Amino acid sequence: MRRSDAEVFARGVRDAVPIMLGYFAVSFTLGIAAKNAGLTPFQAFVSSLTQASSTGQFAGYMMISSCASYAAVALMIFVANARYMLMSCAMSQKLAPGTPLRHRLAVAAYLTDEIFGLSVTKPSPVNPYYSYGMAACAVPGWSVGTLLGVVAGNVLPGNVVDALSAGIFGMFIAVIVPPARGDRTIALLIAVSMAASFAFSRFNPLGISSGTRTIILTIAIAGAAAFLFPPKEGEAGE
Amino acid sequence: MNKEVYIYLFVMAAVTYLIRVLPLTVIRGEIKNRRVRAFLYYVPYVTLAVMTFPAIMESTGSQAAGLAALAAGVALAWFGGSLFQVAVLCCAVVFAVNFLLTM
Repeated sequence: MRRSDAEVFARGVRDAVPIMLGYFAVSFTLGIAAKNAGLTPFQAFVSSLTQASSTGQFAGYMMISSCASYAAVALMIFVANARYMLMSCAMSQKLAPGTPLRHRLAVAAYLTDEIFGLSVTKPSPVNPYYSYGMAACAVPGWSVGTLLGVVAGNVLPGNVVDALSAGIFGMFIAVIVPPARGDRTIALLIAVSMAASFAFSRFNPLGISSGTRTIILTIAIAGAAAFLFPPKEGEAGE
Repeated sequence: MNKEVYIYLFVMAAVTYLIRVLPLTVIRGEIKNRRVRAFLYYVPYVTLAVMTFPAIMESTGSQAAGLAALAAGVALAWFGGSLFQVAVLCCAVVFAVNFLLTM
């Protein structure tokens, strides 16, 4: 690591402190979800360290608790995390063209919503060590928070666990609602998705699990929307 | 069960990493197909919405608490609340409503 890289790394660490604090709180509630799915604290810690993806981990825990097949889990994770493909495409434009493969492989590991969000606000090209600094700060907060969520979820009273369980949904809401404000298609999609999910949960003669329900509805609704409302040029992928 | 969990975790980590690493390393150009771009663009919103409702009513102790948290969270997020603020508000609303219901 050159000296300038070390400075960039340190700046990444500093910039990611708010992310780390937010991650800690949210991953605590994710840990409660992991506990409800039957994971041990260590297993939850490992899943956070190796994925750093709230949506994917939450969906995966739902699948584990319903004893889904590995193929179904793989499909579910793909669907839940498909947005990272877009972020990864965008990040490939932010790195200098000659960036070595090892840096591309490493940057991809912790391409989370928030780390991506900070990266794209920087002028191109982004130094990979900036990403490493952010990850070095944010990911421990995420992983330890998950671990403590499983551990403390066991000793906290039921009404506190119920309350903390809402945190993960609050995070989802905070991700989907602000873009809906400026995009009526997204607002409509959110309403349709919630209504369809509710209807599916109330009328389910085939006994389809909630994880599979998410896959089916996502492919159907996002697929229909892609056909009905293709975004204007330059809109998608930002 | 415990052995299987690690296979689950491996599958989850492997798929997550592949999704993140493939475009960054393999696809150097921009995705041109508008339908594919649109699908990928809409996927997170649909997935998160489907996972949020009605699950928020089923895992927070009471349906009233879940509904109240959903309404409060949407309102705060709409008016610019951060991820952290919205998550905390949802927790607080669930706690308050459940507390009132059991008084």
